[in-house]
Amino acid sequence: MSTNVAAAKPKHFFAFLQAPSVVVLFLWMIVPLAMTIYFAFIRYSLLNPDISGFAGVENFQFLWEDPAFFPSIWNSVLLVGSVLIITVVAGTALAVLYDSNFFGNKIAALLVIAPFFVMPTVSALIWKNMIMHPVYGLIAMGLQKLGLPGIDFFGEYPLLSVIVIVSWEWMPFAFLVLFTAIKSFDQEQKEAAIVDGAGPVQLFFSLILNHLSRAISVVVMIESIFLLSIFAEIHTTTSGGPGTASTNLTYLIFSLGLRQFDIGIASAGGILAVILANIVAYFLVKMLAKGLKQGS
Amino acid sequence: MKQSILSKWLTTIAGWGVALIVFFPIFWMTLTAFKTEKQAYSPDIFFTPTLQSFRDVFARSDYLTFALNSIYVSIGSTLLCYLFAFPAAYRMAFYPTAKTQDTLLWMLSTKMMPSVGVLIPIYLLFKTGGILDNIWGLIVIYALMNLPIAVWMAYTYLCEVPPAILEAARIDGANIWGELWHVLRPIALPGLTSTALLLIILSWNEAFWSINLTSAKAAPLTVFIASYSSPEGLFWAKLSGASVLAVAPILVMGWLCQKQLVSGLTFGAVK
Repeated sequence: MSTNVAAAKPKHFFAFLQAPSVVVLFLWMIVPLAMTIYFAFIRYSLLNPDISGFAGVENFQFLWEDPAFFPSIWNSVLLVGSVLIITVVAGTALAVLYDSNFFGNKIAALLVIAPFFVMPTVSALIWKNMIMHPVYGLIAMGLQKLGLPGIDFFGEYPLLSVIVIVSWEWMPFAFLVLFTAIKSFDQEQKEAAIVDGAGPVQLFFSLILNHLSRAISVVVMIESIFLLSIFAEIHTTTSGGPGTASTNLTYLIFSLGLRQFDIGIASAGGILAVILANIVAYFLVKMLAKGLKQGS
Repeated sequence: MKQSILSKWLTTIAGWGVALIVFFPIFWMTLTAFKTEKQAYSPDIFFTPTLQSFRDVFARSDYLTFALNSIYVSIGSTLLCYLFAFPAAYRMAFYPTAKTQDTLLWMLSTKMMPSVGVLIPIYLLFKTGGILDNIWGLIVIYALMNLPIAVWMAYTYLCEVPPAILEAARIDGANIWGELWHVLRPIALPGLTSTALLLIILSWNEAFWSINLTSAKAAPLTVFIASYSSPEGLFWAKLSGASVLAVAPILVMGWLCQKQLVSGLTFGAVK
């Protein structure tokens, strides 16, 4: 041990290896955030440079009174909530199904996870055009065969349509994580329960669900963080419309800032988005910390 | 016994049924890519395949620019990311201090900042700095975005290297480069490679910063495809052809690094 070259040097000698990462991440986190907070409290519009000065809480007030504000919050909640429910329920069911080694289940699993690797703009346009188009989409064609009129999905049910696309993209993630987690379930414990006369339903609710609970909460938190920021799917399909019917908070901030060029109000919205994400992140980090301490 | 054979059949049918339904949009996109524009509007499965849509996509003089931008941005940002991440992970794995775990957690927490919260300042900084629609700007943003995952994953793989091996190498007189090349490389390389694949996938598919920070010169494929949301999107065969080209290589990579995806995107909470 005494010949250990590294031990001859103080441990902190190696801090220089870590410093670049820490410094750039610190700057990446703190500089733009500080700017967002600063902009949120001044009058700043790119279209009208004459407007300036300290704004107090004016920007927050404008945001609050914006007719799109409450719809956007509500849409964000609906979008995140329903995609979470759909993906976690479907992902859990599929993980259980695929855990029972059926013929070719490994290859079938590859097909199930495929949508996660499709870029968001492709997913959005394939669904919008080839599947949900009111006249030539496959659903419309099917309805036509039955003598029913086609449905204008993005005109009549814009948020629901976005929810369908986003669920299709994220269900594979939930499935993959839960499928990984279910494999570590103790087979002996499962067999013992079956010997004790537990049916498949009882087995699922009393043992498997319990085993998956940690993985499910990880999926819920990670997906929440990503789903709060859903943007490209809305941008390429509905542009937030009709009206504000499919505008979420992320899209509202984008259109306030980069369409109406009102930096102040958009920044006030940005702060709100950071606060929302931080509430989720707080619980996630706490959980990760627990995992790290157990791991070491 | 009969019961179990029946249930086995039912699980197989259910499992494959779901798989085919989930995969269907990708299958349909691929099929449409081989149709003519006229055929693309019909639900026919049997038709004479043509490569016309791919020829049309390539004929767009700017297609290659978008594809190359995607390649440059995803590979460039991954290399830049590792340049910072590897030394940090090396230090954390082999010379940990009392603060190492907190530093790691703090790094991961920066990943939880919603991009839209810093959209306005980043956009203005890019505008003022004249790097809107500049490929280097995008590379830097993606590298920063992926840095926490890269440090975390590299740390996990380096932790698997038994310290005794390193010590033995040092006693044998290996210097730092010898240690990296002969000891760490063979053990950690597979993990680090698939992590790099994961980072490439994440950058390739990223569509928030690319749409907001680039328009033409530095725009990657995500932006190119988004341009089909205009009336031009009515050319379904071309849209499908371009989409297949944009998705296929990444899909294969994704299938190769599923494991890294799970531990990388759950920050090691699920392995």
